[in-house]
Amino acid sequence: MRMHRRTLLALAVFTGLTAPSMALAADDTIKIGLLATFEGPFTVLGEDSERGAMTAVAEMNGTVAGKKIEIVKGSSDASPDSAVRAARKLVEQDGVKVLVGPLSGDEGLAVKDYAKTQPNVTFINGTSAAQDTTLRDPAENFFRFSTDGAQWMAGLGTYAFKDKGYKKVATVAEDYSFPYTQVFGFMAEFCKAGGHVPSKSWVPIGNKDFSSVIAAIPEDVDAIYVALGGADAVNFLTQYQQGGGSAPLIGGSITVDQTVLTSKGKLRDVLKGTPSAGPTADTNDAPAWKTFVEAYKKQPGAFPSPSLFAHGYYVDMKATLLGLDQVGGDVSDGGKKLRDALSKLSFDTPTGKVSLDKNRNAIADIFLTEVTEGADGNLMNKLVKVVPQVNQTLGIPEDEFMKLGAVNRDNPSCP
Amino acid sequence: MSLLDQPSSSSLAGGGMTRRQAWGLVGLLAAAVIAWLVFAVWPDWLNAILISKKAFVSAILNGITLAGLYFLVASGFTLIFGLMRNVNLAHGSLYLLGAYIGYEVTNRTGYWLLGVAAGFAVLAIVGVVMQVFVFRRLEGDDLRQTLVSIGISIVAADLMLAVWAGGTYQITTPEWLDGALTLPIITAVRSNGASVFLTYPLYRVVVLAAAIVIGVGLWLMLHRTRVGMMIRAGVDDRAMLQASGVNVHAVFAIVFAVGAGLAGFAGVVGGSALSVAPGEDVRYLLASLVVVIVGGMGSISGAAIGALLIGLAEQIGLVYFPTYGIVLTFVIMVVTLAVRPQGIMGKAR
Repeated sequence: MRMHRRTLLALAVFTGLTAPSMALAADDTIKIGLLATFEGPFTVLGEDSERGAMTAVAEMNGTVAGKKIEIVKGSSDASPDSAVRAARKLVEQDGVKVLVGPLSGDEGLAVKDYAKTQPNVTFINGTSAAQDTTLRDPAENFFRFSTDGAQWMAGLGTYAFKDKGYKKVATVAEDYSFPYTQVFGFMAEFCKAGGHVPSKSWVPIGNKDFSSVIAAIPEDVDAIYVALGGADAVNFLTQYQQGGGSAPLIGGSITVDQTVLTSKGKLRDVLKGTPSAGPTADTNDAPAWKTFVEAYKKQPGAFPSPSLFAHGYYVDMKATLLGLDQVGGDVSDGGKKLRDALSKLSFDTPTGKVSLDKNRNAIADIFLTEVTEGADGNLMNKLVKVVPQVNQTLGIPEDEFMKLGAVNRDNPSCP
Repeated sequence: MSLLDQPSSSSLAGGGMTRRQAWGLVGLLAAAVIAWLVFAVWPDWLNAILISKKAFVSAILNGITLAGLYFLVASGFTLIFGLMRNVNLAHGSLYLLGAYIGYEVTNRTGYWLLGVAAGFAVLAIVGVVMQVFVFRRLEGDDLRQTLVSIGISIVAADLMLAVWAGGTYQITTPEWLDGALTLPIITAVRSNGASVFLTYPLYRVVVLAAAIVIGVGLWLMLHRTRVGMMIRAGVDDRAMLQASGVNVHAVFAIVFAVGAGLAGFAGVVGGSALSVAPGEDVRYLLASLVVVIVGGMGSISGAAIGALLIGLAEQIGLVYFPTYGIVLTFVIMVVTLAVRPQGIMGKAR
């Protein structure tokens, strides 16, 4: 009985500690939820996304429309249920009315569905880049200023076929919505140009041992297209190098991102010269980009150059703050004014002009890049070409684009 | 018993064979099929079904080396459980801490072997400290031990995240472990008649060899030394062992040191083959749990069999049905629990 009472007491104390920290935000602060992967296989990515978001906050000196910005962090582990759990906590316990995130593809799809149940909260994407987060069955209160994974691939398929002369390419990618979108974006152009993709390997996220996957790639392909992120990319590349892999690589946007390029080990050798495409290029010499890099570097633990995640969260946080500034920080009407402002928002980012389409998905510039070694020994994405103002249907008329069907493991296909 | 048994089994197998002989025949047949699969040049139809011989044989070899790694982690886990009935859910954290320490030492001194030794030694000390300061206080209280070890693993994960951040580290292996071995296994024949042999990373062969040596060493320690005798006696009846004048606490400390040290060792070896990143602790904890459940709690040979099954299932699943590969592991676990709840080599208690 004594034990029983003590247990009850412990439970009571525990409940008290975790009870909703009542949303008692004073009138002179505005709470913004920041949802990213601060745990699990994408931890590095999440940490850098926070630097990006905080760069945007620092740019406004921590205030918007005279109110102090209070960032409330929520952590997920790249799984959709963890993202929804974190979003629920931010919305229902911490009482945020504006939420920036999440980071990863499947998380985006899940949070979009959650957004539909919270019509008075405004959701602005982080870097999640699955196509159907905004293309099919979108949520009225979910905005994406950071483009999707297929848009990021603009120009790469043609470049691989025409300039690099690859005719047959095998793909290795993680098995979820974002890599499906990336492979779709690459193959849309590559297959149209006349290329073939005889083999596609989908591996579970968080897989460590890729040597069996590498052994199963056909030996007669000209190159391997790799769309893996974070630790997965590092493992694949290291084991590819250890196994004496000789076929050249083509990188997905996050495979040759700073989060991977800054890893230590021998994988650097296989990465040099790898072409890729994405929303950023490290050697971009536009003044706006350089200013952004300097501002970003003031954040603790920053990479030599901001990753795609820092960039995406910066753009989305910046858009959020610009929108809040326009409505004077007033979200008391359930955020309706804010959402109107965001829909019409068009602004200059470090990587060019960004505006939204009717599904609230961004139209922005995409950068074709190639990995090179910088003067200081760091690996960098060298800018090859800018593809201006890519929209979500990749320039194809919308009805024709919708006929291509939803992205999945088997779509598209050109063996 | 055998008198009663024999007629029925011989009538089952027909031809006057005993059950034992029948199993032997099945075993021989299986061995012959595997040998043929590994050494023969495959006909086209088989290549069509199993992607390619290179993929199949690599998956088998990778499964076996991965099993070696799982065995190293799980053997410590199973020893600690077997002796102390202590489900140490912080075991995965020991793996990850060992890997980080191995990385630091290797990076600073330039000697990989020193990193491996440090991973073992430091974690052995950590293990003793945990046993003396934490688990000794909770003796015989399973629930509290479990909860406290979960607590330790959560705190440890965050501390390691604070020190080493979320980056992915790769422990650099020395030059003499680099490169690939050419195995006498023909994967294909070129049109000009030249044979293509399978190459396999040397380092992975070394991992497997280390696991076998350690497995045999552990078995010898348990079955041929006085300490081993005490440990086995402790597994069977702790109270009786204590009554016969053995310092049980010292035995506990030794087991904890060996178990934790092995986890640290596996961390360095595994971190060199794959990579070191946050989240590995949970992955290896889960792997050792499954291995130990399948193999049987408290049994070294059970851990070896369990590791082999899980390693092969993971790799074959990854190549042939990657999306549902993870299911295979748990199917093995569920079947084991349904048919033989104490595990393949476990003793019914």
